[in-house]
Amino acid sequence: MDLHRARLSTPVASRRAAAMVAAACVPIVFIGWFFVWPLVAILGRGLIPGGHVHLGPVLDVVSDGRLRHLAIFTLTQAALSTVVTIAVGIPLAGVLARRRLVGARVMRGLVLVPFVLPTVVVATAFAALLGEGGPLGSWHLVPGPAAIIGAHAWFNLAVVVRVVGARWANIDPRLVEVARVAGAKPMRAFREATLPLLAESVMAASAIVFLFCVTSFGVVLVLGGPRYGTLETEIYRLTTQELAFDRASALVLVQMLVVLVTLWVASRAARGAGEQGRLVASRDATRPLRGVRERLGVAAFLGAVLVFLLAPIVVVVARSLSGGLDAYRSMGTEVPVLAASPASTIGTSLRSALVATALAVIVGGLAAAVVAGMGAVRGVRGAGARRSRLGGALELVLLLPLGVSAVTIGFGFVIALNRPVHLRSSWWLVPIAQATVAVPFVMRTVLPALRSVDARQRDVAAVLGARPARVWREVDFPVVRRALAAAATFACAISLGEFGATAFVARADAPTMPIAIRRLLARPGATDHRTAFALAALLVVVTGVMAVAADRLGDARGGY
Amino acid sequence: MNTAAKPTTRIGIGALVVALLFGEAACGSSAHSGAAPVTSTRGTTVTLLTHDAFAVSKSVLAAFTADTGIKVKVLRQGDAGLMVNTAITSRDDPQADAIYGVDNTFLSRALDHKLFDARSFRGLDALQPEARAAFSAAARYVVPVDFGDVCFNYDIAWFAKHKISPPSTIGDLTKPALRGLTVVENAATSSPGLAMVLSTIARDGVDKAMEYWRALVGNGVKIDDDWTSAYETDFTDGGGNGTRPIVLSYASSPPADIVYSEGKKTTSDVGVLTDGCFRQYEFAGVLHGASHPDAAQQLVEFLISRRFQEDMPLQMFVFPTRTDAALPEVFRRWAKVPAAPLLPDYRTIGAHRDEWIKRWTSIALG
Repeated sequence: MDLHRARLSTPVASRRAAAMVAAACVPIVFIGWFFVWPLVAILGRGLIPGGHVHLGPVLDVVSDGRLRHLAIFTLTQAALSTVVTIAVGIPLAGVLARRRLVGARVMRGLVLVPFVLPTVVVATAFAALLGEGGPLGSWHLVPGPAAIIGAHAWFNLAVVVRVVGARWANIDPRLVEVARVAGAKPMRAFREATLPLLAESVMAASAIVFLFCVTSFGVVLVLGGPRYGTLETEIYRLTTQELAFDRASALVLVQMLVVLVTLWVASRAARGAGEQGRLVASRDATRPLRGVRERLGVAAFLGAVLVFLLAPIVVVVARSLSGGLDAYRSMGTEVPVLAASPASTIGTSLRSALVATALAVIVGGLAAAVVAGMGAVRGVRGAGARRSRLGGALELVLLLPLGVSAVTIGFGFVIALNRPVHLRSSWWLVPIAQATVAVPFVMRTVLPALRSVDARQRDVAAVLGARPARVWREVDFPVVRRALAAAATFACAISLGEFGATAFVARADAPTMPIAIRRLLARPGATDHRTAFALAALLVVVTGVMAVAADRLGDARGGY
Repeated sequence: MNTAAKPTTRIGIGALVVALLFGEAACGSSAHSGAAPVTSTRGTTVTLLTHDAFAVSKSVLAAFTADTGIKVKVLRQGDAGLMVNTAITSRDDPQADAIYGVDNTFLSRALDHKLFDARSFRGLDALQPEARAAFSAAARYVVPVDFGDVCFNYDIAWFAKHKISPPSTIGDLTKPALRGLTVVENAATSSPGLAMVLSTIARDGVDKAMEYWRALVGNGVKIDDDWTSAYETDFTDGGGNGTRPIVLSYASSPPADIVYSEGKKTTSDVGVLTDGCFRQYEFAGVLHGASHPDAAQQLVEFLISRRFQEDMPLQMFVFPTRTDAALPEVFRRWAKVPAAPLLPDYRTIGAHRDEWIKRWTSIALG
């Protein structure tokens, strides 16, 4: 292998290096401008007021017993939420990726729906189910950690199904067949033939879920009540209520440290566990269900997941219908608090989502290509090793937006994004902020697929004189197509759900659906609340349709 | 639609600025600016920073533009706390020209950070004398635009059905008969939550107020982080299947209840406990460093004009501070205006806010 690469002619290698540097500029500039700069600006405001470094608050916060309590609760709930999500998500990903099922596409769309619902709606739905007067009120889960963990699992199931599923669908089914023919029982065949190939994607999904749970805000606020707080809810309180940027900045630093350690551990684990197996780009990996036991097992499992997924959505729809169809009939009428009609917010959301998805796929895709490219030359000693470390650093930096307090970034936007381009209250800020959150996801989804591409094929293509773009199109793209589709769907869902910094940014434009929902819910009176739930129900429909459509684009035959 | 227009608007504004700077002659020929001073506000676009609850009839804003030639761009930024804090954060490079929605719990912080430009506002004579007196020290900076009372609300039907008499004073809420029936908001995260804590402190002093809260918590009060959770999820007359018939909300809830029923309700199901209410004023002012301070001042003055003040009640369920503003019928009939609401000095609130919240938190949530 090494010998083979070393023999590559210098012009080819340098041409590839130049392309890589050019490609690396896009994600670096994007994340630098729209994430690192605002973050640094706001932390600077908190910790270096008037030009003097002021580390008192950091020390105060670190030595404060309450903080330790908050940090421990944040980590514990995030870890438990991740475990529960993975435990339900892996079998679900497997069934949807490897079995030929009626309605698999719809199920994959449905899994994505929770992901886009604004946390305030999700939390309200869970509170309605689990709260004092709800059908499960006697379980006394709200307020409390169990409800938080349940809601997080509900939210993030899609991450596991999409990330792990995209990989699983690409594993050559013959591998398992071979193991089975050799006499391995199904579990053993899974453990020894499939799991090692899934390991990297499982670690990737876990890291994302964990980060989402660490920075989760709305769910913790509503379902945890005032007694259960996380670093994120405390940062929110300190910045929006107390204007204590110094202490908030200290907490942001603690949160980032947690996130960085998590990412580092996850990437180490993934590197250790990951095994580059043979992936196929276009083979249909599904097979029909066999035998009564498998049929019953799959039916029972999917039934349970379906109830879990649908229950809160049913609550949302029921609330929207509590006044008959009025809430839907009045959708077209302008509401002053929105300065637009509720129906028009659908268009606003879709436009923003489209732009955000395009940005995220370009930036995240390039980032993945660069990181994978750097990994591919790891074999060459010296310069290669250094570049691979650079790739690792880039990977880490690009994942950070998932783990940093949204309210902090929101404040950062206000003070940092006015120069040189006046972006602060521009329409573009919304899709840009959404893309910042979606980029890590795109990268994490595409990267494992890219890494699985046989490097020799790239070399051969390059030696034969193909330009980097062509190499990418002919060699990489067919393999990453499914991952790209999954990533784009997710980016779109993230953008539609619009959680994050944009919620804190002032805008004159018509609000997106989640912002409209939040505003309507804050109004007195049942009519506006019904409209909010009706809008949430429509958001479910829009997301479902989008996910199914993207699924079709990703693979004509019904895989991922 | 807005989106496509965005960049063009910016270019439009840019062109306008250029025209104003270099094309004085061209502008000067038009009829209106002939008599106006050099800094005519006509044709400017003034940006108003406000909170998410801001609402106004389109025709009312259009009338302002027709009268003054000033266009208004409304920026909504989260709740009142977030809005004030972002405005303070971006003080040296403000996002807007005018701000509306700073309340008396945040006023002192905003003044301390010199958020406002000093102006001499016209039309203050028409406002409530008590409001003018209470905030006279800040009159150069802000104008009280509206007020509302934070009060406990109760579900009339629930109490009738359970044959329990509803509370008549806030002291009743600590009685065993009303055990486990009340939901309030967290004073550390919610504006009505903080208002009620300030109200009890203004009435009884800090120590007795904290005892009151200890008794409330002992009587099974539920504390939610925000108004939406308390009203929508836990209140029996909210949207969900709540179990608590007493909620900390606003005195304007009954008219809201009727207006939102769109003719289906003629009487309100929501009762207001008028004891121990906190009076909340909302202010408007010109932001320090505003690009169009004169136009911003005109907008602030418009907010206390009769046209805006009479539109406001049904848009935001608040009361006008202007004494000659006619109230809508549904407000006259159903809105409860407490006889003696508590209005602690805004400077006292500013000085003790964080300390009181801390004490309350350790009692209520500790």
